Amino acid sequence: MARRTDLPTLIFRVSIWTLALLTLVLLIAPTLVVLIVSFTDGFSLKFPPPGYSLKWYGELIDASQLHFAAWNSIKVALATTVLSVVLGVCGALAIARSQTAMARVLDSLFMSPLVLPALAFGFAALMTFSWIGMPVSATTLVIGHSAVCVPYVIRTTTAALAQLDPALLESSASLGANRWFTFRHVTLPSIRPGVMAGAFIAFMSSFDNVPVSLFLRDARTDMLPIRMWQDLEGRLDVTIAAMSSVIILITLVMMIVMERAVGLSRRLRQ
Amino acid sequence: MTQRLPVTVYPLWLASPLALAMLLFFVTPLLVLAFVSFYADAGMTQWGTLAQWTKMFDAFGMSVLGDTLWLGVQVTALCLVMGYALAWVFVRLPERLQPLVIFIVMLPLLTSVVVRTFAWIVILGRQGIINAVLLDLGVIDSAARLLYTRTGLVVTLANVQLPLMVLPLINAIQRIDPNLADASSSLGGSEWRTFRQITLPLSLPGIVAGCLLTFAAAITAFISQSLIGGGQMLFMPMYLYQQASALSNYPFAAVISLTFLATVLVCVSAFNLLGRMSRGYATT
Repeated sequence: MARRTDLPTLIFRVSIWTLALLTLVLLIAPTLVVLIVSFTDGFSLKFPPPGYSLKWYGELIDASQLHFAAWNSIKVALATTVLSVVLGVCGALAIARSQTAMARVLDSLFMSPLVLPALAFGFAALMTFSWIGMPVSATTLVIGHSAVCVPYVIRTTTAALAQLDPALLESSASLGANRWFTFRHVTLPSIRPGVMAGAFIAFMSSFDNVPVSLFLRDARTDMLPIRMWQDLEGRLDVTIAAMSSVIILITLVMMIVMERAVGLSRRLRQ
Repeated sequence: MTQRLPVTVYPLWLASPLALAMLLFFVTPLLVLAFVSFYADAGMTQWGTLAQWTKMFDAFGMSVLGDTLWLGVQVTALCLVMGYALAWVFVRLPERLQPLVIFIVMLPLLTSVVVRTFAWIVILGRQGIINAVLLDLGVIDSAARLLYTRTGLVVTLANVQLPLMVLPLINAIQRIDPNLADASSSLGGSEWRTFRQITLPLSLPGIVAGCLLTFAAAITAFISQSLIGGGQMLFMPMYLYQQASALSNYPFAAVISLTFLATVLVCVSAFNLLGRMSRGYATT
């Protein structure tokens, strides 16, 4: 049967494919532009660059402020990830299979940092810490970051728990295993990919956090995204392009590793 | 002795460490925020007035809030058009290409927001790629100002938040029964009609979910708003930051925070309501 292609359909098809292609290009372009401009031999962010060199990567090696901030960010992100995973996995276990009203209340409480503007929370946390006489430090940063990163761990862990067949737990128990043994040998192995995906997202989102760090950081605990933002506010420095390229490459490698290990994209889409 | 929990359910007390931490470090700060907002002055000497609150609801405060919401609407609209096209094409791609597209969509989601915004500074800048192309084509005589403009900001935010829109849309469109489209076309419906009368209505839950995420992210995007918008434009996040950091007016910053919080909550509830309605629509 011959398909009749009327004019509206033709226009629709051409425009939606063009738009989709354009969107795809716009998704990749920023990453490529940053990578290319970081190899410029000029002193501005001119695109395309007048010539190519590695000089801005040389500058990056000497950029001690960026190194200091990057190192702080990594330390805070690691501590945040550990704290979020320990608290988040326990929390997810408690609420995932429970039907009680209390569990639903806790679920809303744990997920609420995802919807509320983090900037307002960052400011509120600053006031609270100064009110109880706790000066801002790496500790306050880790606490603040954990509050906004824990929902990611809860979400991926809850999703993994929902796919765990209860019959497995029941048969383990009927074979005489206690709760702890069942958790170690049945539950944990099957939810591990979900937990790891959550941990990875928590790490990335802590490393990238601006709204909370903005208020809970000081000169001793400078954070990389804030340092870069302040550098960019002042002047458009090409060193930031080199720094950005390094971040992009590390993110890319970690994404590929996590995709292979735990099927990251499947879990992000849930 | 209380009844033993079935083995498939974990005890609720496991959540207590996290619940305690959230009460201490998330709920308490929000209460402190509410308390501080009732101070009359920046020095926080006189408590129990609505002085700061009335300041928020004057013409200037409301124009900042209104402008922030309008920015969110503009970004969400642009994002929806671009995201929907990509999602619609995605489900029609051969299966081996799909993971690659998902990867391209997800890369910006995990890349630092400062890096993503920085990329748009390079693209929109005076010597950026857009100006270079337009100059080469002779469309313009001298470099156009794209950075620090409203249009530049909307385009940047729409692109930065695109993954948040595309992923729920892909999920929604994939869930639509392909038989419906087949039935529509075998009954003589053109592709355009199928799109209007089947795909679009049935993907409403995804549209609502994507719009919620994009809108919330766009109005709170402090970094992009400050770097691409520049000093000429003032939105709620920067308003809050200026009052808290540069001016040390904590009570007023608290009022801005709470107003912003309440606004976001109202928007989220409205979207959730829409979402429930659209799901009802999509299943009937």
